[in-house]
Amino acid sequence: MRIRTNGEEVILERSVTVEELLILLKVEMPEYVTVQINDEFIDREDFSVREINEGDEIEFLYFMGGGEN
Amino acid sequence: MSLSNQQLERYSRHIILKEVGGKGQAKLLNSKVLVIGTGGLGAPAAMYLAAAGIGTIGLVDFDAVDLSNLQRQIIHSTGDVGKPKVLSGQETINDMNPDVKVVAYKEWVGSNNIMDIIKDQDYDFIIDGTDNFPAKFLINDACVLSAKPFSHAGIIRFQGQTMTYIPGKGPCYRCVFKNPPPPDAVPTCSQAGVLGVMGGIIGTIQATEAIKYILGIGDLLNGYLLTYDALKMDFRKIKIPQRKTCQVCGESPSINYLQDYEQAVCDL
Repeated sequence: MRIRTNGEEVILERSVTVEELLILLKVEMPEYVTVQINDEFIDREDFSVREINEGDEIEFLYFMGGGEN
Repeated sequence: MSLSNQQLERYSRHIILKEVGGKGQAKLLNSKVLVIGTGGLGAPAAMYLAAAGIGTIGLVDFDAVDLSNLQRQIIHSTGDVGKPKVLSGQETINDMNPDVKVVAYKEWVGSNNIMDIIKDQDYDFIIDGTDNFPAKFLINDACVLSAKPFSHAGIIRFQGQTMTYIPGKGPCYRCVFKNPPPPDAVPTCSQAGVLGVMGGIIGTIQATEAIKYILGIGDLLNGYLLTYDALKMDFRKIKIPQRKTCQVCGESPSINYLQDYEQAVCDL
């Protein structure tokens, strides 16, 4: 199954949930990442049930705090 | 307002642009931008805004210049170490462009003062150049509640991101990130490091957004998160939706007052 995460193609051997994908791709700070699939935010409560589908465009959005000091 | 001969010359490269012209330059000279944080992001943003002839620039920062700031906070110089950042910033801007009035606020923003600061000069646009999440959420909420446009940004290591909030036109910062992470959960620049130029690149994008907003030209980053990876030299413009359930800008908001979140101890 082909998907895209943050613009890059990823091939998955089997269907996974958002929660499993975060582990599989070793996403940094999985407990704080915002996940968007096909321009729609996925609620954290749904990470364990929402399945990834063929062709999904997934964005992991990260907290970025620096800038002043 | 008519431009003086000196102004016609100083801003000639702006005025020759058909999207700006003398009329646009006059708009810039009559505009007011508030820059919160005069560090990695705020320093370059404020300098380009000053050079562009933004008539009033507010600078907010309680900090004093530290030697470790000079690797990226180019509004401050070696001789400014120990001086309040807002004063150092004011001096640099005054030297650069006498057309600009600088209003210095030597304060940290908090729920107790941010509305007063925004109202003080009725700023047209706000730039978030802060380095911590309590301030970023506070600025977001204050701008949403007072219907002011603002530019959010963050930088760390070799990465940066920025988005623009325009009232009623797309998502706010809270639509994307909901609530601040717990103190110390997400590293800051002082803990993780940052390439000095990151603030220059992202901060000048923030200044560009402010200038375009004031001129009413082009497309802004409302509805998009722009991310930049300097190692890959890759910019990505990610479309982001407004969250109907957003606590502050959604259909039935639960946040109608400002709150102070706990700050990571290492940032204090």
